[in-house]
Amino acid sequence: MLNTFVRRLGQAVIVLLAVALLLFVMLRIIPGNPVTTMMGEHADSATIERMTREMGLDQPILTQFFQYLLGAVRGDFGTSYSLKKPVAELMGAALGNTVKLAVFASLFAWVTGILCGVLAAVRKNSIPDRLFMGFSLLGVSMPVFVTAMVLQYVFGYLLRWLPISGAESWTSFILPAIALGWNSAGSIARLVRSTLLGVLEEDYIDTARAKGRTPLGVLTRHALRNAMLPVITMMAIQFSGLLSGAVITETVFSINGIGQLTVRAISGRDIPLMQGTVLFAVTIVILGNLAADSLYSVLDPRIRKGG
Amino acid sequence: MRKKQTGAASGISFETDRSRWTAPLRDLLHHNKIAVVSAVIILLLVLAACLAPVLTPYGETQMDLMNRLSPPSAKHWLGTDEGGRDILTRMLYGSRISLMVGIVPSLLSLVLGTALGMLAGFRGGKTDAVIMRAADIMLAFPSILLAMVIMYTLGGDLPAVFLTLTLVNWAEVARITRAETLRLKENEYVEAARVIGVSRMRIMLRHILPNCLPTLIVLFTLNVPAAIMTESSLSFLGLGIQPPYASWGRMINIGRQYLYTAPWLCFAPGAAIMVCVLAFHFLGDGLRDALDPHLKKR
Repeated sequence: MLNTFVRRLGQAVIVLLAVALLLFVMLRIIPGNPVTTMMGEHADSATIERMTREMGLDQPILTQFFQYLLGAVRGDFGTSYSLKKPVAELMGAALGNTVKLAVFASLFAWVTGILCGVLAAVRKNSIPDRLFMGFSLLGVSMPVFVTAMVLQYVFGYLLRWLPISGAESWTSFILPAIALGWNSAGSIARLVRSTLLGVLEEDYIDTARAKGRTPLGVLTRHALRNAMLPVITMMAIQFSGLLSGAVITETVFSINGIGQLTVRAISGRDIPLMQGTVLFAVTIVILGNLAADSLYSVLDPRIRKGG
Repeated sequence: MRKKQTGAASGISFETDRSRWTAPLRDLLHHNKIAVVSAVIILLLVLAACLAPVLTPYGETQMDLMNRLSPPSAKHWLGTDEGGRDILTRMLYGSRISLMVGIVPSLLSLVLGTALGMLAGFRGGKTDAVIMRAADIMLAFPSILLAMVIMYTLGGDLPAVFLTLTLVNWAEVARITRAETLRLKENEYVEAARVIGVSRMRIMLRHILPNCLPTLIVLFTLNVPAAIMTESSLSFLGLGIQPPYASWGRMINIGRQYLYTAPWLCFAPGAAIMVCVLAFHFLGDGLRDALDPHLKKR
């Protein structure tokens, strides 16, 4: 089992390196010297040349890439062109809000997703079932920014219950967390419902019922335990998705996090910042997938044995 | 349901049966009302997009500065925007872009992903490893970020959007086609074809591809709304389609600053995206149940 994990970890590192290289090349094939972008149109050519040399931009692209990697290992991701600060420092400052948002959104998604999924499965084809599944579909089919703006309009503007933007207090995170987590809540609810419906047909459920367990006991001790397996894997993948995919939510709610930093980097043509933020997101996704894979083999004895 | 099981059990007879298309589709027509309604909605959307100039008395960019930000009324069913342009008209024209952005890249990524996936599954070995690692790399990017970076590199015109969404979506198609190819490759009729000396190319095109088609059709129907969503997100961030075009996402991006004074600027195109995405989603769901019991929800 440890072997499998090490192999997967190795694969993950290779994919990450490949992504980093691809990103590095993609951001550099656009014509135009970043120094000119940084210094403005009217900088004199001697300064531009000196800066280009200082930043190592005159080196071949692969050399630049390896220098970048060496720096990255030591926690140095270069200096942002537009904000004139180290990328690591900028990302460190933004990370807190992104993590908070992802945690709140996940909590919302897990609690509502599992509750709705279980209720829907137990009362299959009832009105609550249809209602929950309708809500989950809505979550899947509405773009995050539309959901976000509807929430802002209704709860922030019409009812004035919650703040519309910013990250000052924990109440500011409620609307963004719902907007961001709705989609996940929907897919979790659907998955819980379908796996639970499958499990409820198993023989051991009948056995448990025949032994005289209460319906709630059967549900929690026998059915849910077995139905949660794919759900937990999905939750691991989704958490990393939420952590890396808050670009739009952070923009709509003006939350100063990694996602907003990414948007700022792109609109400011700020290559080091773009590189740092995108690599951060990719790392999180790869780690999330790795965690999901490993969780699955830890939790499911059948896979554990098979290796 | 019974029909599917017998088909899956006998394997070959199902896959060579001529009624493979007609029977499931008839099934769909009779039993899945939502999918049928969705198909009708999609048709209406396409019609509306084609007939936009006939359906509305206003021009796409026709300004009316006396009527800025006016709420929905008999004259302007969905109100007007900050330049006094009729929202419904802009949405009708916007549907051309949004539908095109949904359909064209989905087709392109279907072609690219199918070709690469079949090649990987059929050839195996190094070809397989190279193609699938490339797919892994693409799938490691959160799709919106990948799209943002590619858009940044390519600029914001329509072909760039098509190319971006194609590059974002091909990997998933390749992965599924590869799995299908691996499964189909083991069938006796492929073996038989190989034994009598049919060329690889011909086996792929005549034996593997047709049997992948149901899966591919379902995948296409589900990729269209994904592409529409991604484009609208890009446009919302100001990276997608650039003026003078107006996709639904772009309209929301512009309308956002008037969210509290003229919410219809955002909510009308938002609702359009939702209806369109839901329609494709339900149609895809229905088609999957009817044509392809193997393909689980992604």
